Amino acid sequence: MPDAETRNETRRRLMSGREYIGVDRIDGPLVFIRKTHPVGYRELVECVDPEGNPRLGMVLDTSDDVVVAQVFEGTQGLTLPGTKIRFRGRPLTLGVSEKMLGRVFDGLGRPIDGGPAPLPEAEVNVNGRPINPTSREYPRDFIQTGISAIDGMNTLIRGQKLPIFSGNGLPHNELAAQIARQAKIRGGANDFAVVFAAMGVKHDVARYFTRSFEETGVLENVALFLSLADDPSIERIITPRTALTLAEHLAYEKGLHVLVILTDMSNYCESLREISTIRGEIPSRKGYPGYLYSDLAEIYERSGMIKGSAGSITQLPILTMPSDDISHPIPDLTGYITEGQIVFEREMSGRGIYPPVAGLPSLSRLMKDGIGEGMTREDHPHLASQLFAAYSYVKDVRNLASVIGEEELTPLDHQYLEFGEFFERKFVSQGKDEDRSIEQTLDAGWEALKLLPAEELHRVTDEEIEKYYTGAG
Amino acid sequence: MKERIIGQVRRVNGPVIEADGITDAQMLELVRVGESRLVGEVLKLAGNRAVIQVYEDTTGLAPRDNIYGAGMPLSLELGPGLIGSIYDGIQRPLEALRALSGHYIESGITAEPLDRKKTWRFVPVSDLPPGTEVEGGRILGTVQETSRVEHRILVPPGISGVLDSLAPEGDYTVDRTVAVLKTDAGPRELSMLHTWPIRNPRPVKQRRPLSIPLITGQRVIDTLFPLAKGGTVAIPGGFGTGKTMTQHAIAKWCDADIIVYIGCGERGNEMTDVLTEFPKLVDPRTGRSLMERTILIANTSNMPVSAREASVYTGVTLAEYYRDQGYHVAVMADSTSRWAEALRELSGRMEEMPAEEGFPAYLPTRIADFYERAGYMDTLSSREGSVSIIGAVSPPGGDFSEPVTQHTRRFVRCFWGLDRQLANARHYPAISWLESYSEYLDDVTPWWEEHAGASWAAERREILELLQKEVRLQQVVKLVGPDALPDSQRFVLEVCSLFKNAFLQQNAFDDVDRYSSVDKQLRMLSLILVYSRRGAAAIKRGVTLVKLKQMKVLTDIVKMKFTIGDDGAAEFDKLQARLERSLDQLESIYA
Repeated sequence: MPDAETRNETRRRLMSGREYIGVDRIDGPLVFIRKTHPVGYRELVECVDPEGNPRLGMVLDTSDDVVVAQVFEGTQGLTLPGTKIRFRGRPLTLGVSEKMLGRVFDGLGRPIDGGPAPLPEAEVNVNGRPINPTSREYPRDFIQTGISAIDGMNTLIRGQKLPIFSGNGLPHNELAAQIARQAKIRGGANDFAVVFAAMGVKHDVARYFTRSFEETGVLENVALFLSLADDPSIERIITPRTALTLAEHLAYEKGLHVLVILTDMSNYCESLREISTIRGEIPSRKGYPGYLYSDLAEIYERSGMIKGSAGSITQLPILTMPSDDISHPIPDLTGYITEGQIVFEREMSGRGIYPPVAGLPSLSRLMKDGIGEGMTREDHPHLASQLFAAYSYVKDVRNLASVIGEEELTPLDHQYLEFGEFFERKFVSQGKDEDRSIEQTLDAGWEALKLLPAEELHRVTDEEIEKYYTGAG
Repeated sequence: MKERIIGQVRRVNGPVIEADGITDAQMLELVRVGESRLVGEVLKLAGNRAVIQVYEDTTGLAPRDNIYGAGMPLSLELGPGLIGSIYDGIQRPLEALRALSGHYIESGITAEPLDRKKTWRFVPVSDLPPGTEVEGGRILGTVQETSRVEHRILVPPGISGVLDSLAPEGDYTVDRTVAVLKTDAGPRELSMLHTWPIRNPRPVKQRRPLSIPLITGQRVIDTLFPLAKGGTVAIPGGFGTGKTMTQHAIAKWCDADIIVYIGCGERGNEMTDVLTEFPKLVDPRTGRSLMERTILIANTSNMPVSAREASVYTGVTLAEYYRDQGYHVAVMADSTSRWAEALRELSGRMEEMPAEEGFPAYLPTRIADFYERAGYMDTLSSREGSVSIIGAVSPPGGDFSEPVTQHTRRFVRCFWGLDRQLANARHYPAISWLESYSEYLDDVTPWWEEHAGASWAAERREILELLQKEVRLQQVVKLVGPDALPDSQRFVLEVCSLFKNAFLQQNAFDDVDRYSSVDKQLRMLSLILVYSRRGAAAIKRGVTLVKLKQMKVLTDIVKMKFTIGDDGAAEFDKLQARLERSLDQLESIYA
């Protein structure tokens, strides 16, 4: 019955753009409209408030009787009879262009720096589409961040998604800004760009990043998407998607290496919970919706490298763990999706160590394929493994010392304590502008190991001991 | 199968849609929704209404869009060409999709799971003259699918009749008729391809008791917590504890004939890793590329959630198909928690009453159904074949008391718990020797004793007892420090530490260490136990612990996993002799 097929489609095409005056119910950021034409799921909605200002929204639930739409800019000031609704017949898109670098946008991608909107090179659906796994290129290019705790122990790879699990008051912003300033590929071209998405962060945090980009003269390579703490919380749901849409364009169409900083993912998840609760959905853990994992995956999986394309997307999401709890659903689900995590430790930060990267829970899953001979240095894999093993033993010794007292420890254990102290103070700790080469990092690692007897080094080879431990340096 | 309109969309809420105007839909019927023909499945029928889950992104779908029924349940195409392929959760070939729609997977695109243009050399079996009575599961002929897999063309289960004609040897495409049966319902043409609904287990003649271990080459698994061919195991662990690494290691080195690897709701790059790495790796038993025995199902975390729900059934159905040909198949499901979460998400969208933590009340039933499809079977063609299921579980917060881990434990007989502490110390595989267990131990002991050595079960018990003892001693050490213990007890700690370093830790990236044969495993274990028994005796005679620890031979024992290969019996003899000599010397000093 071909007639029946096209009839509904024609009807939808003709009806799109039709204006409905008055809505039936407003609840938080959601508006409910009855008796519409058939409206598509996730269709773009334009909602005109009584003052005549348009606000954008998206259809969350559509049926014969009622359509539910979320309004990104909040529902404040809307009235039931005075609100006009138009369905656009297409999903929310972003006009993307290389000219967006050096500009500041709101969460929906509209310029807020006073300049005109850049002429778009393409209109792209912000929801993204899954990348075909056969099209992905396995990431293995080492990014030198100049930070020993990362380069040496939790190496960042081009195309990786490596979140920072932090807490309130810890220097995650400083670290993210430092990585953005210092990150480079050794001996490679550096066609790089930074896409920065702020979700619910404070004005001074946004200013901190802007200033940091300004001072180092990279601002013209940065696009900022700001949905700050006093913007409607619902806008945060779309902000990372807008930012990643631009990042995908820059990386896969323009061949740039894009570093995406998303801060703070905890705020994003809270907005998601807000919507879910208002819609009366069945919650899973801590009131977060059951689809939190899938939803986060939609964001985090928009990174990586694609065959036949020069560019890449490296993601550095920042999330603050509520009460420093790593088993909270947000860090927990994030850790299951991302390729490792950099975990901050409050105790280390209290002792004045910057960056306070916890040695043991931090991990980079892609490290194994991006280090070693020809990529960093041939001793790197074994050295990192040895440092992990020794540092892990240090933790045991410290626990023991806190029970029986340091005096009771064996001489070997004392050596381990000394190693632990050196490792944290000299290897992990560094200046906020200090940019160490990978060689400096690895040499510092060997310096630390020299505090231990050679017999204790099970994970490095005899040749490496010969060359770096007993040898010069 | 002719397409027919069975109703219209009434409501769209994510991947679940409600339909009305339903005329003659079947339960679990495969449907296509809207003009972009999104694939879906009927989940509920009530009056003229239905609930349908859609396996693709539903953006843009609107009320009053048509729903087309296919008249059959969601099914797989089974035939030559499966091996080496990568499919999504509903068996769409990802390579072909890439050719159609580029780097991104668009909604509504379809491609034939099996290439219709490719020809295969079909060799009919010789003892099957026309007029023979044949029934489902009977082998009609063979196709060399890859250099190591001989694909056996079966009469589809449930079909029987008298063979009318069988094609001669030659090159055929998968949909060409190779045999004609005279059935009660008239003549039936059979090609090399048949379809099978993913939610129905394929029939077998009978189940057999399990007795053969699935050798994985991973020492902690094979020696301490063995899995039987046809068995089921769960690997739970928090993020970063190495579930995927363990799954990859088993997929690479286990002695199954066919591997089905299901990436269910996991990272895209992990599937890429498998895709790039497996073709390069060589199977130690056959010398062939590992990809020549592997089928991949990739439904990554950002692909539609309902296809994730289907992907485990897709995987296990493919496994059963090769089992029916007489192969031993291992299914890796990484991760079953993502599958359970997909069930939860869909259940929530259908507004069902939740049970624990929002999971639907039927979660345990579904888990049981899935794991029960494993087993060691007599196939319909009277061959032996098995499906083993190795399911990763990702408990939130690494807490094993959550519903998915708990329910999975009820239905599997082997449990490899991954430990956060071990992973943090980079002790891999981080399989905890305290929490893990295997109920297959008694089943596989005769095999081990026959193939590796009669001492296996006793030695395994001995080392496990030492490890248990170590836990108690460590509690004392935590309170008073190791110096407070007598040498005899500190020696137990010493042996256990050696066992962990030299035996349990295994480097997946070392060319020698990544796989250990059963002989090597037993030799290594025996050697450590020689040190344990004779060392304990030496301490009784007055030898000090320090002297024992200083024996030069110990550093070689720690490195034996890297230095001695699978055929190194002579080297083990030499190492053992050196150990005994060193101990003799020590004892003679103190005697």
